[in-house]
Amino acid sequence: MRRSVLLFARYAELFGGETVSVDLPDGATVADLIAALRALPGGASLPPQPFVAVAQAQAAPGDRLPLDAELALLPPLAGG
Amino acid sequence: MHLQHDPLDLASLVASVSAPDRGAVATFVGLVRDHHAGRGVLGLEYSAYGAMAEGRCTAIVAEAEEKWPARIALAHRLGGLTVGEAAVIVVAASAHREAAFDACRWVIEAVKAQVPIWKRERYLDGTEAWVDPTAPTGTMPTGVMP
Repeated sequence: MRRSVLLFARYAELFGGETVSVDLPDGATVADLIAALRALPGGASLPPQPFVAVAQAQAAPGDRLPLDAELALLPPLAGG
Repeated sequence: MHLQHDPLDLASLVASVSAPDRGAVATFVGLVRDHHAGRGVLGLEYSAYGAMAEGRCTAIVAEAEEKWPARIALAHRLGGLTVGEAAVIVVAASAHREAAFDACRWVIEAVKAQVPIWKRERYLDGTEAWVDPTAPTGTMPTGVMP
């Protein structure tokens, strides 16, 4: 199914917008999401393990993506 | 609310956690520095994943207040800042100084490690870059990558 992913800071520049859509099968994981993002224009320069937030919490590559969860791809944090 | 576009006010944050039984108040104020990785900095722009950043700040404060007998105030700026402006303030108030210092230090480290905030610096030479602690040079270029 089509999932929307929030983008921020440098990654919003990389993909040319504040959200991007990817097609993912049911039961897809964070790793599947990263692979789909990497295949998009601009995605080739993502680091090997970018920070993905699922429902506003840090997610591990093997975590499944709940159907209604907010998805976000986060550049390396630089607050403070 | 822990994130704000308006300038931070140290005195009001101190007042918000001060009480007659808290005789120790430790503060950390992070200011915009005039240099980064050998380059002169004019100013910077903070952006955030707002809802998650607020949630992480609230969780960090709650965790610190559980670890130490302290009350914590935490505020982080968003938007454009110039050199010398306060970007982040942590205030920890406790009965005694040890808990106040320890909690204050722990909170600022947790903010840096956990809160989704990003920083785009503007340099004296007219260029800009994204601050990236994981990059060898400490920054990544702006704009679309090759």
